[in-house]
Amino acid sequence: MSEIKIPIGPQHPALKEPESFSLTLEGERIIDAEVKLGYNHRGIEKACESRNYIQDIYLIERICGICSHSHSTCFVQAVEEIAGVEISARAQFIRTIVAELERIHSHLLWLGVAGHEVGFDTLFMYAWRDREAVLDILALISGNRVNYGINTLGGVRRDIDKEQSRKILEIIKQLTERTEYYIKVATNEPTFSGRLSGVGKLSTEKAKELGAVGPTARASSIERDVRRDDPYGAYAQIPFKVITDNHADVLGRTIVRVFELLESYKMLKYLVQNMPEGALTVKVPRRIPAGEAISRYEAPRGEDIHYVRANGTEMPERVKVRAPTLANLAAIREMLRGGFLADFPIVIAAIDPCFSCTDRAIQLVKDNGAETVDWRQLRDYSIDWHKKRGIDLSRI
Amino acid sequence: MEIVWTLLYMLVFPGFLFLTTYGMICEWVDRKLYARFQSRLGPPWFQPEADFIKLLSKEEIIPEAANPVMFRLLPLFALASVLTAFLYLPIWNTAAIYSFSGDLIVVFYLLTIPTLTFFLAGWHSTSLFATLGSVRNVTQLFAYEVPLLISLLGPALLSGSWSLSEMNQFFVERPILLLVNIIGFFVALIAVQGKLERVPFDIPEAETEIVAGSFTEFSGKLLGIFRLAIDLELVVAATLISVVFLGGSFGLHPVLGFILFIVKTLLIVAILALFRTVMARIRIEQMMKFCWRYLAPISLFQLLINILVKAWFL
Amino acid sequence: MKYPGKILPEVLKTAMKPPVTVRYPYERTEIPEGFRGKIHFDAKLCIGCKMCMRDCPAKAVEIEKIGEDKVFKATFYLDHCIYCAQCVDSCPKKALASTPEFELAHYQRDKLADIQK
Repeated sequence: MSEIKIPIGPQHPALKEPESFSLTLEGERIIDAEVKLGYNHRGIEKACESRNYIQDIYLIERICGICSHSHSTCFVQAVEEIAGVEISARAQFIRTIVAELERIHSHLLWLGVAGHEVGFDTLFMYAWRDREAVLDILALISGNRVNYGINTLGGVRRDIDKEQSRKILEIIKQLTERTEYYIKVATNEPTFSGRLSGVGKLSTEKAKELGAVGPTARASSIERDVRRDDPYGAYAQIPFKVITDNHADVLGRTIVRVFELLESYKMLKYLVQNMPEGALTVKVPRRIPAGEAISRYEAPRGEDIHYVRANGTEMPERVKVRAPTLANLAAIREMLRGGFLADFPIVIAAIDPCFSCTDRAIQLVKDNGAETVDWRQLRDYSIDWHKKRGIDLSRI
Repeated sequence: MEIVWTLLYMLVFPGFLFLTTYGMICEWVDRKLYARFQSRLGPPWFQPEADFIKLLSKEEIIPEAANPVMFRLLPLFALASVLTAFLYLPIWNTAAIYSFSGDLIVVFYLLTIPTLTFFLAGWHSTSLFATLGSVRNVTQLFAYEVPLLISLLGPALLSGSWSLSEMNQFFVERPILLLVNIIGFFVALIAVQGKLERVPFDIPEAETEIVAGSFTEFSGKLLGIFRLAIDLELVVAATLISVVFLGGSFGLHPVLGFILFIVKTLLIVAILALFRTVMARIRIEQMMKFCWRYLAPISLFQLLINILVKAWFL
Repeated sequence: MKYPGKILPEVLKTAMKPPVTVRYPYERTEIPEGFRGKIHFDAKLCIGCKMCMRDCPAKAVEIEKIGEDKVFKATFYLDHCIYCAQCVDSCPKKALASTPEFELAHYQRDKLADIQK
């Protein structure tokens, strides 16, 4: 059979967000893959420059719907570092509790998506059903199921009381049982594990070379975890293991994630039981003194990096976000090559991609080729574009 | 008078009207059970009908590169072949409306025609995803067809007849012999799951891989008819298994026999729904391996048992 | 042990239990205490400092003076609001509060501007 090129995306049932992959096939075998970025550029970094730091927290939080707390914590940490503020231990603990709850809901979500991508919808439904419990507890703590908005400059906005702590422990107990069951199912159901093992191979050397992060790297036996390597929040004070696996395939990534779930339960138990007393917030000036900082954070999908430069005003001068998916995208080509067409959804899903969080730039392609426009032109263009469709955005 | 009865058989009962209604009921049972297994609520009873009516009212889009005549005819071929197949199956008693020696093979091949129309439909759509889907359709056909046929041959061999009605009559007279075919029954169930292209064998229409496979370019009425044909295929396949392996109506009073037919087909639909709940979709090469390495030898083993039983006890 | 259909016992058990789906308009789940819904404005407490307007990330709140006597009205643009409740935190006089009201969709856009006096 001769080579054919098939376009996957920007719209495709396997992709929950727009992204384009061009696969070169020989029969059912993938010979080469090409990744095209930039379908969902939202100009968030630029928008941050025209809002004050408080407003930016909420904007940054909306970079990602799943790891919203990761992005906002990462940003807030950078700003606090520039301002030279040390937040209280209790606030650190609350941030870490929300972070681990977020990791749990993200990993459970991933397990469901992985099931769906290989046609195992029952696992999808069960994992998402159990994930509801985590979302409920997040709503109880923060007032919302997603985009918790718990962070603020200098601490957290809400406390966790005794009743809430009790609920967290109760749900952890219930979820531990469920997760252990899913481990049993995922590793023992031959139709499922048969679809995962040996698929999307990424050797340790290649993973290092391509800069993979998070569970993708850890499944290729690279012990890389910001929580341990460069502790932030309360991670320096709590005992935990970095989960690695040597399968170096999608099964390995699944194993890393499900065992990370178990690890997160243990961490949460420790965090809730050893919560120190203290104030929730410390005062942070509205004008952040000039300076710059880089903040690293272990999001559920891998290392998230934020860079913030302040110039002494209420607004940041520059904000740069490197979402974990960007680091893992380079490895996708390597993982897809030589595999089956049937495996591409699960291989892509295995890095737990967040394409919309990743897009930091866009290239306007007009009839006569690419064109560079400046910020004002682009803004006018977008206001005009929306006005024609009856939406007035000039107020924003 | 003869012609009126023939038309009645073909259009009302047990033909078109009854079969479409029952096919939709079976689809609902299947979807409802699937939902309940997954802790969901599931659709209301009229959902398949509503889906069908909705599809009928939708615009038909035929790709420019496709052959419009083939594109329009293929769904009808699929529907006609399953409808024809049903007329040769005994329903409320042991005798089918039309029966002749060798109708087992005819029914079997009439059931293969839908798969071939899916292949042609995908091939004629000329879209990449549809072409890939149609290639998978045929590849899969080679995997499940042989075990299915061999497993159906087992009972035929035992009864010494190639006619479904005669086979049914034979087993009704000697129900104990149905137990001999138990392995064949399970092989047939699994192979039928492949024929109906459902999880774990829904490879040709794997949504997350190739969108909708052969049906990617189909819309409106044409897709509606294809979906209806798939529903009917489910009923026909369930009836075939019930007649061949479960003794059909057991030669009881027609009313009782009919109730028995409903119970048995729904039971088979439920088992098939359970199959698709508990498994993940496998890859095409895993399916080939599974069918040829395990399913085909097991069905041959069943055939061997039947030959020995026939030689010693009958 | 590895065999296909490992999840079968769980599936059969689930089929016996009632579905977990919440039939939303007829059936409702409990809304948590600190839920961040529509904002309630208490005109008696407002001093017109407009801190809420400064901190709102979505420009969804507007405080205007009505009359001479330091009386204010608040307009909440429910379509702009992201329900982060930052205004509640920013308000120095606790004139704003979150309510559990969340069913705010409307067919007419102008009805989404909620004026509270």
